[in-house]
Amino acid sequence: MAKTYQAGVKEYRDTYWDPDYTPKDSDILACFKITPQPGVPREEAAAAVAAESSTGTWTTVWTDLLTDLDYYKGRAYAIEDVPGDDEAFYAFIAYPMGLFEEGSIVNVFTSLVGNVFGFKAVRGLRLEDIRFPLWFVATCHGPPHGIYVERDKLDKYGRPLLGCTIKPKLGLSAKNYGRAVYECLRGGLDFTKDDENVNSQPFMRWRDRFLFCQDAIDKAEAETGEKKGHYLNVTAPDVEEMFKRAEFAKEVGSRIIMSDYLTLGWAAHQSLAKWCRDNGMLLHVHRAMHAVIDRNPNHGINFRVLAKMLRLLGGDHLHSGTVVGKLEGDRAATLGWIDLLRDRYVKEDRSRGIFFDQDWGQMPGVFPVASGGIHVWHMPALVSIFGDNSVLQFGGGTLGHPWGNAAGAAANRIALEACVKARNEGRELEKEGKDILTQAAKHSPELKVAMETWKEIKFEFDTVDKLDVQHR
Amino acid sequence: MSDIQDYPSRISDPASRKMETFSYLPELTREEIRKQVEYIVSQGWNPAVEHIEPAYARATYWYMWKLPMFGETDVDRILAEVDACHEANPGNHVRLIGYDNTNQTQGTAMVVYRGTPPEQVFCADKLTPRT
Repeated sequence: MAKTYQAGVKEYRDTYWDPDYTPKDSDILACFKITPQPGVPREEAAAAVAAESSTGTWTTVWTDLLTDLDYYKGRAYAIEDVPGDDEAFYAFIAYPMGLFEEGSIVNVFTSLVGNVFGFKAVRGLRLEDIRFPLWFVATCHGPPHGIYVERDKLDKYGRPLLGCTIKPKLGLSAKNYGRAVYECLRGGLDFTKDDENVNSQPFMRWRDRFLFCQDAIDKAEAETGEKKGHYLNVTAPDVEEMFKRAEFAKEVGSRIIMSDYLTLGWAAHQSLAKWCRDNGMLLHVHRAMHAVIDRNPNHGINFRVLAKMLRLLGGDHLHSGTVVGKLEGDRAATLGWIDLLRDRYVKEDRSRGIFFDQDWGQMPGVFPVASGGIHVWHMPALVSIFGDNSVLQFGGGTLGHPWGNAAGAAANRIALEACVKARNEGRELEKEGKDILTQAAKHSPELKVAMETWKEIKFEFDTVDKLDVQHR
Repeated sequence: MSDIQDYPSRISDPASRKMETFSYLPELTREEIRKQVEYIVSQGWNPAVEHIEPAYARATYWYMWKLPMFGETDVDRILAEVDACHEANPGNHVRLIGYDNTNQTQGTAMVVYRGTPPEQVFCADKLTPRT
């Protein structure tokens, strides 16, 4: 029986609230935290979000009747209280697969976090999690290589990898910069990193930086016999320039390049990730701008969604927070998204902020990168929290060593290996960390001095973006 | 400046060549190696032994000693194979591996006997500056 057309404004919940709906395996599912305007019922606010992020608009239109709305519309199918918050609630929305272009993160997010985030009926809106169905995962390219191929390419097994961001962030000449890289790598780091805002400024043009850094790597590899890399940042003003720099990095023999996926733009980033797979280049991914999007607990996008997005867009490393360093990051939530970066299948676990089961199919995993305000004293906790499949990056904690970068690097490498060895022997790192490091320092004056230098520095501020828990 | 210690690594010194995991620690004792073997077994990994002449240490593929010891959980038998490889190739680096077949990777790899020089011949061409 065909429907008849009646112009006018209908309540969203008449069409888009469907508590009896059972989500399909092929649906994209989303959990939003909604803070409605006073007086707007929860079901209406949830339905409005479902409508505005899928097929709906504010009024009925005759062309609605030319399609099968039930086949295409998003549906709010469940509502839950937010622990510890009387105003906000979680709304669960299911989107049918036909709403989205295969392999297009850009398309999914243009819908899910599009106009709806400025919608007047909600005061605050936060995308907490997305369940990507297997068909969507399989249509994305994902990491250019993934954790285990990277290990094989670098011949590094059984321990986290070590890195360092070269400082000062800005202002070094290319040759002096390459010196800092060389000293870190000969001291025992696996990687050094361009700071995110190092692109191609007048004080150091990109081409000079690439050449001097590669000279530094060659020397350090000859000296240590180990494989080394420097994340050459190819983030550039336009994509032609980005690819020009990536091609040159390949030409000089670099093993790895880096990009900033949020400021570069997702389409550009995905193109770069595809290029990396085609050209055997590892891709390190920085996340400048993420805190603008993910730090407010009541509006924006949770980082776990941005992390899932990056795994689909493609990257071999992603900055994930340190738990223990100078930057924001709730421990349980961080553990949740590092699993989402690495594992094949992640179960729903509200204690870690994970709202849906996520099956990654055959898609490789991404190394989480812990970077920012960490030093040797954090090593036992970092090895315990992150495990082997991680990159631990000590910037100031390498370069700030009183004897210079090589000694700082050696101190970190020795501390890392001592922690891994102790863990394998069955010791509890977070309890026995001090003893493990003190023992290791007996054989390493570099480590001993590092431990004396950073002894008192801790970063113990309260986290702003906490998991939602009952506070009463 | 007198308090600052120089970092002693040199291209001309074979001892500066590192061997990845645990190569920055003092050489593992027999008892310490045993504990690492126990760890490999406890992870459900398959132990394997490889070796190579020090001059070719940077090769992707080292010589495989026999075959990986699939399903072997007897620590003494694993250590005996490591020793047998070392005795048959006394000048070579000998590496112990734990193959993790579920992730199609090596769960760990560590050099447990370090070979004697002559070390790798350093190739000067590689250091021609690009700049």
